[in-house]
Amino acid sequence: MTEISHYSQVWSHRSPRGRLMLWVGWLALVALFVWCWKLMTADTIWFFVADAPKQAADIGSRMIPPRWSYLPELMQPLWDTINIATLGTIGGVIMAVPVAFMAARNTTPSATILRPLALFIIVASRSINSLIWALLLVAIIGPGLLAGIVAIALRSIGFVGKLLYEAIEETDVTQIEAIEATGASSAQVLNYGIVPQIMPAFWGITVFRWDINIRESTILGLVGAGGIGLKLQASLNTLAWSQVTVILLLILATVVLSEWVSARIRHAIL
Amino acid sequence: MTTQAYPTTWRRPPQIIKNHHWRLALQVGILVYLVLAVSTVDVNWARVYEGLERGQRFIMGFLQPDFTSRWKDISQGLVESLTMTLTSTVVGVLISIPIGIGAARNLTPRWIYYFCRAIIATSRALQEIIIAIFFVAMFGFGPFAGFITLSFATIGFIAKLLADDIEEIDAAQAESIRSTGASWWQLVNYAVQPQVMPRLIGLSLYRLDINFRESAVIGIVGAGGIGATLNTAIDRYEYDSAGAILLIVIAIVMVAEYSSSYLRKFLQ
Repeated sequence: MTEISHYSQVWSHRSPRGRLMLWVGWLALVALFVWCWKLMTADTIWFFVADAPKQAADIGSRMIPPRWSYLPELMQPLWDTINIATLGTIGGVIMAVPVAFMAARNTTPSATILRPLALFIIVASRSINSLIWALLLVAIIGPGLLAGIVAIALRSIGFVGKLLYEAIEETDVTQIEAIEATGASSAQVLNYGIVPQIMPAFWGITVFRWDINIRESTILGLVGAGGIGLKLQASLNTLAWSQVTVILLLILATVVLSEWVSARIRHAIL
Repeated sequence: MTTQAYPTTWRRPPQIIKNHHWRLALQVGILVYLVLAVSTVDVNWARVYEGLERGQRFIMGFLQPDFTSRWKDISQGLVESLTMTLTSTVVGVLISIPIGIGAARNLTPRWIYYFCRAIIATSRALQEIIIAIFFVAMFGFGPFAGFITLSFATIGFIAKLLADDIEEIDAAQAESIRSTGASWWQLVNYAVQPQVMPRLIGLSLYRLDINFRESAVIGIVGAGGIGATLNTAIDRYEYDSAGAILLIVIAIVMVAEYSSSYLRKFLQ
């Protein structure tokens, strides 16, 4: 009788070739990391790095206790911040809706010219951070709320446009056909066939973006675009760390509150 | 015989708020808020008019970007951004893995779970820019502060999604590994790791993309990278160089997005 030999083989997770590939991959990653690390830290002053815990302790001791008497001064900038976020969201949504309809495969007027253009607008808006938009706009239209609002609006187009055009592409065709069968014009098809289907998604996206915009508008003041960031910048410049604490706590509270509001509204709609 | 009176018009019923009064109140409320909000925006039209010329120059700079005259600064900023992105993603992911495992309710005791979730919450609550301000104050200007910032921000993102993913793994597989008498480490290695690995790689690539975008911004507060170069270019009114930098950023982001979505499809 012959012995059944394959039972004695040891089970292994991968084939030898697979293991080799995995090792080569990991080696390449480690080599790349080491090389990047060398390049990045070429100019690093290690004394400052070693000194960091002491610096942190120093900043920490200056931050506590927070200077609560600074709070009333922050109410006006906070109101400005909320307005930047809200008006910016409204502006962004108004610009994003036509872009989304141009980008969606089933509603675009011209798939060869307008659709790529709309997709480009969406990508360009998404790849530039709102702080960079604000930096440019402050240089162009001057410091203040308007620059912040326009920056938030331009930044929102990509996000709202992308999610909205995906929602438009996912609409139920049978409902649109039913409207078409009544002899409706294309405007009526849009109004009664497509719009009611994307309405919940639309409001959900808008509220979600508003929530993100509250977050982003709190720091726009760092480059001069108004809001509570201006106070943050001023306090940092004068090394008034106890005021920085108050500002950061206020920002945190605002962000948490806006997140809660947005979650509630989205829950009610969707 | 009387003719049946059919309605000839139809109105779409309200979709979100059914009560007429509430709808009216809400509409009025929104209107009042908008009027108040718009009235706080104080626009200096003379300044805007002056700025239009700059805007035009900026658009011209975008159309005719100047890569050459500031190339030394731009390439240095790019190298800083790219190296910062890669190192911080690798380090961030490496730190996130134990924290993510610790924050998964089905693998760890309660106190470790709360501890890890607290780390995640802190990292997610603070924006990159604000973290960067602190780390620049601690570590001095330059890409090292940016590296620490991005690593810290990566933890909140990767560890949370990884923990949520581990909590959703197929319990049957974990059960079968456990029934062989496996230790905790073996459980993690043979039951959890194969299930979450593809997603972890996908998330890491996505985070690489995000970290590059953020590295283009945190330079504004002094944390190194292309953002610092961009900030200087705009401060000097060199819009053709600024246009060149922005085009490079957009190009890299697009390449990163397409290649990472391709890689993720390939891996899954």
